Amino acid sequence: MTTEIARVQGALDSAGERARSLQTVYVYEAPVRLWHWVNALLILALCVTGYFIGTPPPSVPGEASANFQMGYIRFVHFAAGQLLIVFFLMRVYWALVGNKYSRQLFLLPITNKTWWWGMLYEFKWYAFLVKDPKKYIGHNPLAHMAMFSFMVFLVLMMVSGMALYSEGQGIDSWQYRMFGFMFSIFTSQTLHTLHHLGMWAIVVFVIIHIYAAVREDILSRQSMISSMVSGERLFRDDLPD
Amino acid sequence: MGAATETFYEVIRRQGITRRSFIKFCSLTATSLGLGPIGSSQIANALETKPRIPVIWMHGLECTCCSESFIRSAHPLVKDAVLSMISLDYDDTIMAAAGHQADAILQETRQKYKGQYILAVEGNPPLNEDGMFCIDGGRPFVEKLKEMAEDSMAVIAWGACASWGCVQAAKPNPTQATPIDKVIKNKPIIKVPGCPPIAEVMTGVVTFVTTFGRLPELDRQGRPKMFYSQRIHDKCYRRPHFDAGQFVEEWDDDAARKGYCLYKMGCKGPTTYNACSTVRWNGGVSFPIQSGHGCIGCSEDGFWDQGSFYDRLTTINQFGIEANADKIGATAAGVVGAAIAAHAAVTTVRNLSRHKEVPNGNGKSNGNSNGASA
Repeated sequence: MTTEIARVQGALDSAGERARSLQTVYVYEAPVRLWHWVNALLILALCVTGYFIGTPPPSVPGEASANFQMGYIRFVHFAAGQLLIVFFLMRVYWALVGNKYSRQLFLLPITNKTWWWGMLYEFKWYAFLVKDPKKYIGHNPLAHMAMFSFMVFLVLMMVSGMALYSEGQGIDSWQYRMFGFMFSIFTSQTLHTLHHLGMWAIVVFVIIHIYAAVREDILSRQSMISSMVSGERLFRDDLPD
Repeated sequence: MGAATETFYEVIRRQGITRRSFIKFCSLTATSLGLGPIGSSQIANALETKPRIPVIWMHGLECTCCSESFIRSAHPLVKDAVLSMISLDYDDTIMAAAGHQADAILQETRQKYKGQYILAVEGNPPLNEDGMFCIDGGRPFVEKLKEMAEDSMAVIAWGACASWGCVQAAKPNPTQATPIDKVIKNKPIIKVPGCPPIAEVMTGVVTFVTTFGRLPELDRQGRPKMFYSQRIHDKCYRRPHFDAGQFVEEWDDDAARKGYCLYKMGCKGPTTYNACSTVRWNGGVSFPIQSGHGCIGCSEDGFWDQGSFYDRLTTINQFGIEANADKIGATAAGVVGAAIAAHAAVTTVRNLSRHKEVPNGNGKSNGNSNGASA
């Protein structure tokens, strides 16, 4: 698992300096990274089209037969939603066959005291109460909790989304047979409202997620954004823990 | 008083159809159903001996709009439904008998046709204060309802009241008005929601039950699939305008005159299951959307509590002010965005001051607090 780059120290850069040897761990395997970025794009598409389904843009002029604006908006939303589900299922599969970090999203080590201590420590780090963060190969405990919650939330969005989609497919469709139970819990209008509120919750998550990733990329002791591109976690110091 | 119940045959003869025509009808039906040589006589026998299904029609907390709708049915004409197809033994609003005489019919039917009659309920029972908010014949309606339901074959819940609760069950529901299926648990219940339901839907359900002697296929919510399996939106004649992205923006704009989609005016068609856009009202003349007003979703559960009839996004009053999903969401996103901006500012300030005080050969400024320095 652990590879050490920059071990070859023969080369000098233009300033005449050599790179130091620092630990690098391959964390995010290709399917995980692919899933992450596809998810990002799909969620963007879903939020934009979802907003327009709730509040359509101004009316288009001309004959109805010559236009299909809402049709396209809804098509993008439904297509993106179903792709999201397909990629999510592939991600679940990868959690079974991938490396140990690929399972992190779906499991919370709630019996591990050190993990809880780490969560508290991360809270303190974000509250400016501690001077330095810790080093983590996978998610830090706070991020782990956030990601796990987001996955649960995403599943709820998928289920409610499929239920709403099944209404258009008709009550004899497999979608309705599978997800129609949602309408035994909520009315259609309520489910629309909850799904819509869910969109805003995702917007809030995205804001926090991007902020935290950028901030950690600058301040933490390991790489963040580039890790989701290359898959490799680079550490910036050799200090223990 | 319904003492001698007519069979279908007797009704047919009473309407002037000859025995010859009746036998012809039976033969033709048997042939078309592929029943074989004796099928014809079996059908004739069934029609000659099978009594018409007695129906008891009770009224709880309601406005009688279901009855008003029912008596306007055109296909079949309500006179055919009431006088020929069923034996409407009791309906206190339209029957001739009154008072104790009427009440006696209930008991008579209950004993004579135990487990064979249909109980049609319009309205619902309020359960608060032991049901004292709806007294019928000197007794709480809920008691009467349970008693009559006990010996019935099945229960038809007419309208939004009996199916979901409707306006009397809207928040805060002071009388605790409760839909039929929450009170009667041990009988099959058909919900025929709507405020009121479409006349032809009502007579259609009755016709089905009397003709086939069984209940129609029901969906998850207990509504007959044949009338409630599609949304208003999916069969709306204005649907092409929705798909095109052409909406009425104001009640008096050009789009309203052109008959564009009423989605933005709060039409509940996309969340409402009913047959209005296909069967329509008043003998197929029109329905709300055709008349230029959005659907208010009257056949849906709790339609009084789904916010304004004129907003697409449901009003959410949890915060004490008028809001909807977009307002709440955008506010939350704004607050979080502002908090993050503040957090980023604090981070920057602290970090700038730290860079100065901790010179470190590591390039990055962290690592000094760990004691064991490299």
